Amino acid sequence: MDKLTQNRAPLYEALEAFRKKRIVPFDVPGHKRGRGNPQLVELLGEKCVSLDVNSMKPLDDLCHPSSVIRDAETLAAEAFGAAYSFFMVGGTTSAVQSMIMSVCKAGDKIIMPRNVHKSAINALILCGAVPVYVNPEVDEKLGISLGMEPEQLKKAVEDNPDAVAVLVNNPTYYGICSDLKSIVKIAHSHNMKVLVDEAHGTHFYFSESLPMSAMEAGADMSAVSMHKSGGSLTQSSLLLLNKGMNVDYVRQIINLTQTTSASYLLMASLDISRRNLALNGGEYFKKVTEMAEYARSEINDVGEYYAYGKELINGTSVYDFDVTKLAVYTRDLGLAGIEVYDILRDEYDIQIEFGDICNILAYISIGDRFQDIERLVGALYDIKRLYKRDKTGMLSAEYIAPKVAVAPVKAFYSEKVSLPIRSTAGKICAEFVMCYPPGIPILAPGELITEEIIQYILYAKAKGCSMQGTEDFAVERLNVLK
Amino acid sequence: MEMWFSDIHTPNIKLSIRVKKQLFSERSDIQQVDVFDSEDLGRFITLDGEVVFSEKDEFIYDEMVAHVPMAVHPNVKKVLVIGGGDGGVAKELCNYPEIEQIDVVEEDEMFVYVSKKFFPETAAGLEDKRVNLYIQDELRFLRGKVGEYDLIINDSTDPFGPTEGLFTKEFYGSCYKALNDTGIMVYQHGSPFYDEDEAECRKMHQKVFRCFPVSRVYQAHIPTCPSGYWLFGFASKKYHPVNDFDPERWKKRNIKTWYYSTNLHIGSFMLPRYVVDILKEAEKDG
Repeated sequence: MDKLTQNRAPLYEALEAFRKKRIVPFDVPGHKRGRGNPQLVELLGEKCVSLDVNSMKPLDDLCHPSSVIRDAETLAAEAFGAAYSFFMVGGTTSAVQSMIMSVCKAGDKIIMPRNVHKSAINALILCGAVPVYVNPEVDEKLGISLGMEPEQLKKAVEDNPDAVAVLVNNPTYYGICSDLKSIVKIAHSHNMKVLVDEAHGTHFYFSESLPMSAMEAGADMSAVSMHKSGGSLTQSSLLLLNKGMNVDYVRQIINLTQTTSASYLLMASLDISRRNLALNGGEYFKKVTEMAEYARSEINDVGEYYAYGKELINGTSVYDFDVTKLAVYTRDLGLAGIEVYDILRDEYDIQIEFGDICNILAYISIGDRFQDIERLVGALYDIKRLYKRDKTGMLSAEYIAPKVAVAPVKAFYSEKVSLPIRSTAGKICAEFVMCYPPGIPILAPGELITEEIIQYILYAKAKGCSMQGTEDFAVERLNVLK
Repeated sequence: MEMWFSDIHTPNIKLSIRVKKQLFSERSDIQQVDVFDSEDLGRFITLDGEVVFSEKDEFIYDEMVAHVPMAVHPNVKKVLVIGGGDGGVAKELCNYPEIEQIDVVEEDEMFVYVSKKFFPETAAGLEDKRVNLYIQDELRFLRGKVGEYDLIINDSTDPFGPTEGLFTKEFYGSCYKALNDTGIMVYQHGSPFYDEDEAECRKMHQKVFRCFPVSRVYQAHIPTCPSGYWLFGFASKKYHPVNDFDPERWKKRNIKTWYYSTNLHIGSFMLPRYVVDILKEAEKDG
């Protein structure tokens, strides 16, 4: 075999070699290269189904990688400047959960901001760790929560010297970045591990001009959504480890919950995407940045929209800004973000990433073209012309700092009772309530329900946000502690 | 040696043209541009493998989008031609002395270059001193233009591919805004015959119908387009294409045409029953 370099894709190459051998399958999957399911072949194509195979000696095994998957993971680690990397096939959700479960046991304290993705709080229910929330500052106008401030972290660390880890989401969905280097320094000086939910930051590893990546900042682990800005298939992800982590223990933790039938389509897509990023990433993200910056300036020229960027940087709660993110504040138009999101899809055939109470987010990637950006800007211009209205009475906050009464795991498994949502003020919530996307819980298990939060949930529902998380599918009732 | 170019009209129907010689083939930033020479259609240009126009039938498009609105609106001074990089529409408009300014916006510089090189007679329309050529994204050009034009002609033909942004609600909205109170917009409305084209045609009418107080559709026979049958849209803030049509005034101008005539003007708005039904349904759904 040739030397392992970034222009190789070991897993992809092994799959190609395997395909040419025309091996007769008497193993799973039962569709047998698609022959047993012609409609599937019609939908996905012959090549695709013929590569949907099971782990076997020539193709390695994700649960215990020793050949081509191991090589592919080694190359990924090198590309991301990590000591080790794991291919993940359960999405970044599973990467975040594995990361937390690798450092926390039941009862351990973990310091984190509350505006994390639900996957992080889910992990606390799975492993029984107890969160210590550092409440992020909120931008009053935009309504979005900002980054983790080192001063606040310092206080949390000193108040909770027994905490084992710090988790930080960087960048946020909206592109806000924290001072990772200082965070790592504070945490490490107290022997705490630093875990980074870097779901929205894959591109940081391939551009000098973008904010600092978790591995470069010295974080111990990072969950990277390759399928977001990295270009791999949906559900594929990477878990990165820095020096000093016990790789084999982390693998055991991953194998507690990850499938034993990992999809080769997902894994091959990770391998190819890693190669692509390593070889061309710099150029790609330069173009993405150009497109996002162009869109931002054009949208701001339309007026009454605010597409925010680097001007938000303040040295603390907004330490840096990811300019590839195109978030736009829409409230001055008299329209909630979710309303603009719906109008864009229903009236203009444009699907954006999400709309919340005050903002929309359009995801810009290497797959975009300037002419599509013109459509988006043109549509926003036309929406202003046709739909603008009085903004009085509109809610402004995306984020209400919660009061934690009970640890999530305890609340989730407690005796509970279901009540109509309007009569839950003052009770302790036993489940999640969130808009998805972005998937940041409005309420998590163990948090006090307030009138303000109830009003927020009802408002978001009325505006058309997709509410999830509760046992009651319609989110009309909430489970609260007895 | 036999060399054939095939324009795929549906997955199961194609129009094949025997090619004498390929004159040009290059990829611009936006699309694949090819020029061929043929026995029966003369030279023809294709974008991403689809015929845009041929020497033989190009006059039909140009005359129908230029003379129909010009015979209705009594006083056009400022015109915007979108996607008119070949110059054909501008050339027809140059017949009208009252027009003071013709802005032509074309996204693809290579299209202009190729038109000038291989279709110099058509591209001559770009040389008139009233014509300003802008190489720019059309939506970008339109953004921020308010009440400026008497007439906007959208010369882009393909609602799929690079020009798809010119068949969207935001595009028609931007045109509405860029027109003054008596402004007219004329646009390519596609062919209503084959299924997929029909669906697009329906959607297009729905969008324009909701955007403009007057929205009518007219037709022409164009041999190289799918099914040979083509529609145009006439959308306007004030003038009706038939009720406000002044044939005598137009005849006095003595403009030499090969397709358009004042009789045909009326006739082109008399649509087959199945097309009328499609349009009516689209209006109801809207």
